[in-house]
Amino acid sequence: MPRIDDELSPLQLNRFQQLRHFLTIEGLSRKHLTDILDTADTFIEVGSRSIKKVPLLRGKTVANLFFEASTRTRTTFELAAKRLSADVLNINITTSATSKGESLSDMLRNLEAMAVDMFVVRHAQSGAPHFIAKSVTPRVSVINAGDGRHAHPTQAMLDMLTIRQHKHKFEGLKVAIVGDILHSRVARSQIQALNLLGAEEVRVIAPDTLLPPYIDQFGVKVFSSMKEGMRDVDVVIMLRLQKERMEGALLPSEQEFFRLYGLSQDKLALAKPDAIVMHPGPINRGVEIESAVADGPQSVILNQVTNGIAVRMAVMSMAMSGQIAELTADEEVA
Amino acid sequence: MTSLIDVDAAMRDMAEKLKLLCAERNIDKPALVGIHTGGVWVARRLQSLLGWDGPVGELDISFYRDDFTRIGLNPKVKASSLPFETEGRDVVLVDDVIMSGRTIRAAMNELFDFGRPASILLVALMDVGGRDLPIQPDVVGASRRLQSNQRVKLLGPDPLAVELREKTGSS
Repeated sequence: MPRIDDELSPLQLNRFQQLRHFLTIEGLSRKHLTDILDTADTFIEVGSRSIKKVPLLRGKTVANLFFEASTRTRTTFELAAKRLSADVLNINITTSATSKGESLSDMLRNLEAMAVDMFVVRHAQSGAPHFIAKSVTPRVSVINAGDGRHAHPTQAMLDMLTIRQHKHKFEGLKVAIVGDILHSRVARSQIQALNLLGAEEVRVIAPDTLLPPYIDQFGVKVFSSMKEGMRDVDVVIMLRLQKERMEGALLPSEQEFFRLYGLSQDKLALAKPDAIVMHPGPINRGVEIESAVADGPQSVILNQVTNGIAVRMAVMSMAMSGQIAELTADEEVA
Repeated sequence: MTSLIDVDAAMRDMAEKLKLLCAERNIDKPALVGIHTGGVWVARRLQSLLGWDGPVGELDISFYRDDFTRIGLNPKVKASSLPFETEGRDVVLVDDVIMSGRTIRAAMNELFDFGRPASILLVALMDVGGRDLPIQPDVVGASRRLQSNQRVKLLGPDPLAVELREKTGSS
């Protein structure tokens, strides 16, 4: 029987240390991450069936609350929920009541009153999903679909699943994360996950202007040169250049960025011959990565997209399971 | 450890009954599908006794259990694997123990998500009664009635043995 210890449980775990919400990689254990990957592995096969659905979340309702636009992430969350047989509400925040002056908490209370079981939250403000998870009733789980510059844990986990599929283990792996680290919530979650899962070396390769302060405290090796940073890596993760987040002259030009930090076949040749190339999408072709590499034999970018559905199915079903365990325990006490 | 039943004798008996039943229904080369974990062991043993070839399908019914809202997700879920077409095919579904019938209901629901089989024959090594649903196996190796605090567990895969245990939770 798991130990009951409310005080030590962080917000996203229930009293049995099971996933209850999924907000960040931080504070989770290696076992939590491995359980997510193992469960996601079992969901991959569902996508190849004639009927791509399992009845696990039948009768549950998932609301996608996207305060920031993202077609790809929202679509994969929607597909994941539907493949679990949940009902899905896509709330378009820009035209919803919050833009008519209704407060966020009033909107959430209304959704709770409609018996929604799970909120999938994308927000430009770091910490928004945490704030929501703190305020929801015990009958709601919150999944972070990307908040500000803080975290994008499901993207990190689908990347980990893709790496594990191709490299089979994390020990001994050298992984390079290249590009706009400063604005990237994905990079932050990836670094935490890779370190937790036991990667040998996590490198970040970026110009100084696109590195957050104190980056060396994140457990990474910092390189400003692709030539040095790419040498002998097993995995290359290219980041999207967040054009919409560029304030001031952080970059001389896109052409200059591609020349120095874009992934061309020449630069990829510095990595191990069997290195895999990843990108969270959407790709700015000719800016972060050239088409011959993005569509080349070492690219696993489309595998990442497929794995995104399986990882989100895993996280949703595990968080719902954690919610059920908590509610059942509460009922037994009462 | 002494097995509750003579598994080898029960398996030989099941193989004989299954062969006759298939002949009676004009079923040739059905697809064998075992339910994780014990059902897969029993299906493999049956395959060997019958001399049938081809892979044995494996079903994990964790995503189809009707008690998710009470107990949540099975943490040891495994991927199902049906390395053959089931659409229009005769399927022999195999489990180690049948009791409430809920596992079989879930397994049939899952099977139909892979395609529509022409027919399903149900085989169980042991029937311990206690049915909640109107599901009966076509072939059974042995039947025993259990007391309310008892359950059985198949140990295997080699050798196969049935152990009688005190019940600790829901099945």
